Amino acid sequence: MNVHKSLLCGLLLLALGGDAFAAAKELVVYSARKEHLIKNVFEKYTAETGVKIKYTTNKAGALLTQIKNEGKSSPADVFMTVDAGYLWHAANEGVLAPANSKVLNDNIPEHLRDPQGRWFGLSVRARTIVYNTSKPKNILRQLSTYEDLADPKWKGRLCLRTSKKVYNQSLVAMLMVQYGEKETEKIVSQWVNNLATDVFPNDTKVIKAVASGQCDVGIVNTYYFGRLKEKEPDLKIGLFWPNQKNDGGVHVNVSGAGVVKTSMRQAEAVKFLEWLSSDKTQKIFAEVNHEYPAKTGVPISKIVASWGTFTPSRINLAKAGQNQAAAIKLMDRAKYR
Amino acid sequence: MISSLRRASPAWRYGAYVLAALTLVPIVVVLASWLQPVEDHWLHIREHLLGRLVLNSLTLVVGVLAGSFVLGVSLAWITAFCRFPGRDFFKWALLAPFAIPAYVVGFVYTGLFEYSGPVQTMAREWFSWWPSSWGIGQYPGVVMVMSLTLFPYVYFVVRGAFVSNGSRTLEAARSLGQGQRAVLVRLALPMARPWVLSSLALVGMETLADFGTVSVFGYETFTTAIYKSWYGFFSPNTAAQLSSLLVVFVAVLFLIEQSVGQERRYTANQNGDPYLIQLKGWRLWMVLVYCSSVFLVGFVVPILQLLVWAWEVLGEELTGRILAITINSIIIGSLTALSVSVIALFLVLASRFWPDGKVMLAAKLATLGYALPGSVLAVGVFVPFVWFDKNLVAFLVGAFGGEPSLWLTGSIFTMVVGLTVRFLAVGYSPLSGQMERVSPRLDEAAMNYGYYGLQMARKLHIPLVRRGIIIGAILVFVDVVKEMPLTLMSRPFGWDTLSVRIFEMVSEGEWERASVPAVFLVLTGLISVFFLTKQMRD
Repeated sequence: MNVHKSLLCGLLLLALGGDAFAAAKELVVYSARKEHLIKNVFEKYTAETGVKIKYTTNKAGALLTQIKNEGKSSPADVFMTVDAGYLWHAANEGVLAPANSKVLNDNIPEHLRDPQGRWFGLSVRARTIVYNTSKPKNILRQLSTYEDLADPKWKGRLCLRTSKKVYNQSLVAMLMVQYGEKETEKIVSQWVNNLATDVFPNDTKVIKAVASGQCDVGIVNTYYFGRLKEKEPDLKIGLFWPNQKNDGGVHVNVSGAGVVKTSMRQAEAVKFLEWLSSDKTQKIFAEVNHEYPAKTGVPISKIVASWGTFTPSRINLAKAGQNQAAAIKLMDRAKYR
Repeated sequence: MISSLRRASPAWRYGAYVLAALTLVPIVVVLASWLQPVEDHWLHIREHLLGRLVLNSLTLVVGVLAGSFVLGVSLAWITAFCRFPGRDFFKWALLAPFAIPAYVVGFVYTGLFEYSGPVQTMAREWFSWWPSSWGIGQYPGVVMVMSLTLFPYVYFVVRGAFVSNGSRTLEAARSLGQGQRAVLVRLALPMARPWVLSSLALVGMETLADFGTVSVFGYETFTTAIYKSWYGFFSPNTAAQLSSLLVVFVAVLFLIEQSVGQERRYTANQNGDPYLIQLKGWRLWMVLVYCSSVFLVGFVVPILQLLVWAWEVLGEELTGRILAITINSIIIGSLTALSVSVIALFLVLASRFWPDGKVMLAAKLATLGYALPGSVLAVGVFVPFVWFDKNLVAFLVGAFGGEPSLWLTGSIFTMVVGLTVRFLAVGYSPLSGQMERVSPRLDEAAMNYGYYGLQMARKLHIPLVRRGIIIGAILVFVDVVKEMPLTLMSRPFGWDTLSVRIFEMVSEGEWERASVPAVFLVLTGLISVFFLTKQMRD
């Protein structure tokens, strides 16, 4: 092969995928958290450290399949999701490496991270109850727990999002820890009996349905409430924290991340996660989406603070992943679509 | 035709086999999932999901096929054979719904008509008797939206067939005392049968593989089971096994069609002034109301709603980035359209030169990718590319040292290959339809002048099917620009397209912010549709 030909080959390879020759000061994130919620934070990291962050976004399931198929040569360094269940799955499938970081272990509370250190929650969202505030009948006084929504008094008054969404799968998975499979199935099928209408494709529609009086109560993630309230402050809708009397606490979930096992830059990736768990970043990371910082003691945004304080569930989120398949099957049996 | 068989190079035949085999690789990967053990999720799926979901899928396909057939054929008939004011406008306007992705139309209509939406809120304010339980319903809603966005395939293709099958024949029938309805049912439709069927096949496959639109309505179909297995049970393998059932189902339909559909061949192709029925009185009004309502419901209302939303968020969303993203969409659409056209043309020519059915069947099988949900197909494309990359990389790392990484995977090349496999059917269909109209006698005549094979193709076929190539390319372009799941999975880093942007916003329930890229997407589609109408005949 003469010089020209090899040069041409080199150029061709560069054109096909320059990654191979890219600078080492770079990290690749596969993220299920959407671009507008990560872009600014990532750019900040680049500005502070000079490490460039490349990312691709998709559904967590698709990204996980992609990492597994790419195998050893996967470009991914960090896997980021919006649900603990998927992080547990990724760890369970052997895709994530333990971080062994004292900083991360100190910053992130124990129930929001993998016991083996393969993933860490970075922001917390509560999946709680919303209720219509306009009705003369005082709904607020009738509310108590998630399982109480199975009571016949809620017949025709409940709105739920589809069981296909992982947030509901995690909620049911955690209820299973608290009540066992049989009891949870009873609760869920009673929920279905109490539905005011077909399940909704997303949380925003559930909130709108509750606010407009199509139903009295619904179960949604707090940040959807925050976003919608910000846009339409007059919505007749309120947040309620269920299970506050030493009976389990509010179901919380995390948006979190872990280091990919096949990454050649694991140390760099751990540093990045540590940076994400620092006070300053925690504040921005949570604030942009009306979430709670995972690290305790980090100030929350004004809007989020206005919702009041609550006792969260302290069950380790790994359970959400462990029980996910069983939860889905349970919901199928209960005809929760 | 026998004589052309004798003189064409067998390279055409084997080339077609190779091309078909290559496009079948991702499908074979999906089928190969059966080599893995069947997981116990199957038990659950069979007991609690399969029956209901299969039934749902079938009823959906029947509904959407019926809807697209009625809309497509009737509008094709009206704009092909009737003279009325606005005809030239509607000829074009009725293709416009094709420019909007079905899932976008879906979220516009669910947003407008749900309980908390503006229509019902107003209805409750104005009429005390308005029932609070009223709703469009999942099934009617999804059938309406999918029929409205998919009927243009039928309309366009069948209209072309009506026109080129010769209004003279129909005129003769009418002068023999046949009524309009009889002419349509007994003459025009049977004559257009191959085109009706091939366009309905596209609609059917698209409907079977859809996930986005049905989930907007919460209507559960077979694809629900696929995604539940993949993202819920974390069993991509079960998802692939389920998907393969879809492919087998469609392949069986192809085989049936292949064995019964051989005798058809219509090559009537008169030109001259078309014979048009002058519409008057109530018929004229009915036609005007009908055409306008389809245009309104299928295009005007959705685009107006998008514009209203876009107006609210214009400040934050209208940045230079949206232009860059639009250009990415145009690039990927054009590259795929080009690659589909070349492959489809080769397959069509090969079946022309070797008309013994085998090449035709290979070509048909090559279009099976359209029956797979985009993300499942993406995995099918992914696996062989990663395999290739790994071996290439292992070799190169062994030879030169360095970090292992993937070169082809995650490049635009992979993306184009995936989209080509997915949309080959869309480009192939109008092209082969056009070729069927070229009389075999012309081939014989060309041979008398000493033209064979590639030379004959260049002198005779390509000029005659040029229109089919262009139509196919434009349809593919628009479909690629609208496509979401495959694009999401195969795009290079940071290389976002309009549909990716829409996904990001819609999946967070942020319809307003999704509307800006959606408007750009519709505009891109509309411009292409405009070029499409340039290819329409009278």
